[in-house]
Amino acid sequence: MSRREGLEISAACAEAVALADVDVIAAYPITPQTHIVEHLARKVADGLLDAEYILAESEHSAMSCCIGSSAAGARTFTATAGPGLALMSEMLFVASGLRLPVVMALVNRTLSSPLSIWGDQSDVMSVRDCGWIVFFAENGQEVFDMTIQAFRIAEDERVLFPAMVCLDGFHLSHLVEPVEILDREEVDSFLPPYNPKYRLDPHNPTTMGAFAPPEFFSEIKKRQDEELRSSYHVILEVWGEWEKRFGRSYAPLSQYRSEDAEVILLMAGAFAGTARLAIDRLREKGLRVGLASLKLWRPFPREYLVDALGRAEVVCVVDRALSVGGAGGPIANELRAAFHDVADCPRVVSFVAGLSGRDIMVEGFMEMMEKALSYARDEEMPYYEMYGVRE
Amino acid sequence: MIQLRIHGRGGQGVVALAEILAICAIREGKYAQAFPSFGPERRGAPVVSYCRVAEEPIYTREPVQQPDIVLVLDSTVLRVVDVLSGLKPNGKLVVNACESPEDLAREHGCENCLVATVDASGIALRNMGRDITNTAMMGALLKVETIVDPHNSAELIRTYFKDTSGKNVLSFWDAYRETQVADFSLR
Amino acid sequence: MSNLQGWKDINHACMVFHPGNASEYHTGDWRSMRPVIDREKCIKCRICWAFCPDAAVRIGENGEYHIDYDYCKGCGICAYECPREAIEMIEEC
Repeated sequence: MSRREGLEISAACAEAVALADVDVIAAYPITPQTHIVEHLARKVADGLLDAEYILAESEHSAMSCCIGSSAAGARTFTATAGPGLALMSEMLFVASGLRLPVVMALVNRTLSSPLSIWGDQSDVMSVRDCGWIVFFAENGQEVFDMTIQAFRIAEDERVLFPAMVCLDGFHLSHLVEPVEILDREEVDSFLPPYNPKYRLDPHNPTTMGAFAPPEFFSEIKKRQDEELRSSYHVILEVWGEWEKRFGRSYAPLSQYRSEDAEVILLMAGAFAGTARLAIDRLREKGLRVGLASLKLWRPFPREYLVDALGRAEVVCVVDRALSVGGAGGPIANELRAAFHDVADCPRVVSFVAGLSGRDIMVEGFMEMMEKALSYARDEEMPYYEMYGVRE
Repeated sequence: MIQLRIHGRGGQGVVALAEILAICAIREGKYAQAFPSFGPERRGAPVVSYCRVAEEPIYTREPVQQPDIVLVLDSTVLRVVDVLSGLKPNGKLVVNACESPEDLAREHGCENCLVATVDASGIALRNMGRDITNTAMMGALLKVETIVDPHNSAELIRTYFKDTSGKNVLSFWDAYRETQVADFSLR
Repeated sequence: MSNLQGWKDINHACMVFHPGNASEYHTGDWRSMRPVIDREKCIKCRICWAFCPDAAVRIGENGEYHIDYDYCKGCGICAYECPREAIEMIEEC
């Protein structure tokens, strides 16, 4: 039987990894690291988790260790945050190209400079095209659930891609709240032992990571791209099974009061919880507004988004990442691209807010949505607006 | 929903107090969240943590700006931080201080609120030999507002702290008994 | 346009399931100079065998040294290192 427990969300993530009976954890423990690997290191040291804990000398090495262990057929996990992900980035592309189902918890923190340890999503956006499956969790329960789901999805023979679960730095990673923790039997019934179709085996030698000249490279990347896209169907299938077994439903978007909404606020991560309260307040004022919280970033759920958001007049996208010198927030830009050939599509208004841990209050979300409405009627709509920035 | 803001200095257990309260409330079947004011850990610097306890799910991720209760683990913080900021009318202020609540209220201009004081440092030094006051202040908090059952809280403290659990439980009950209250709320 | 594989026929993750198949690729075609061993001068010291970057110096069953011209790229390292000047580089014709 599952049990409802109050615990730090980092600990909930570690519980999920332990319940997934992971074989190898490789991580680098500098700030910004999180309690996730601290909890896992303790479990291994105390004999509660039969896994190899590899203390790497950098995040680049941590991901390299993960690639090696996953290639050898071990269920593999790591966690990092912000600058750690940046140092890892070369190897992220390798893990995806080699189609290794490594699972990572990414605690979203900003990238320097100026030096900052606070949270935003500029880290994950900086590796947007690395070829991983990317989920965004909104609360502790989703962190726990998505971590277990990530192993099942990543290891599915129809998928075989690495997967990362994003959770907002501090606002989720350091917060205590109730989480339904599944028991061993429940997790075992959902997540079979990892039985790799391809692995490094001295008795049956194969080459991974071969050299590819230009006349093959594009074909190899095309196959990688097509197969990451088609993992979408497996993700939906696994989410469907999760709901059947455990009663919690998952979709590329979780929507709140958006059925008849003229304005839909779209964002990813924990702050959608605060935005929900802004929706209620604006509804009380008679405005038809709704919320869509993005859960799946890669593969990009283009058709789902067009279908779910297409009926609104305005989509107000709040990005917790700045595309410096770019044309708008990263999520806003991809949504605009998704709508580019859709007739009568909504106007996409882009706000960048909540950088480096700056809180967005209910009133802030209300103001952005009201502004989005006025921008939508204004021909002079800016590419994006950095909300709340002092002049 | 009850919202708390907890003031103290890094290393005094400000974050642990919020966590214990939230975990205890969740074990009682309630909803709760606890989190620190985010930033690098700094022993000795004024720090803040937050806790919300409610009967229904909590969605907001905002810091607590209008607390129902403010807890102060170290009275020297009163000199450098405006701990009353945002405290709701008829809210509650609970301070680790030797003074009576009347004297403390007069000294710091506390109006329209309930004030409680307890010599939590004295209790902590007596029981544990260390000026870590969070468990004593938990006792004082539950004296002024029964957010969770004090016995459940004592039981959780017993399991939360490994080596010092017995001493922490003693501090909790001592403070629960010794807290003095003066009510300046407007009725 | 070509008989190279299309993207659907590429191996999963570009894996190679027949390890060692690089031997099918005869890099000896790259050579413009070829090493020739003078068996009279050769003292079978293995220096050339150790230095050859392409493992193209072979030692036969009777201990005689010869060059595997399928893989020798003609770099001349063997000739340079030979302490007895027993290897001569001659032009490919």
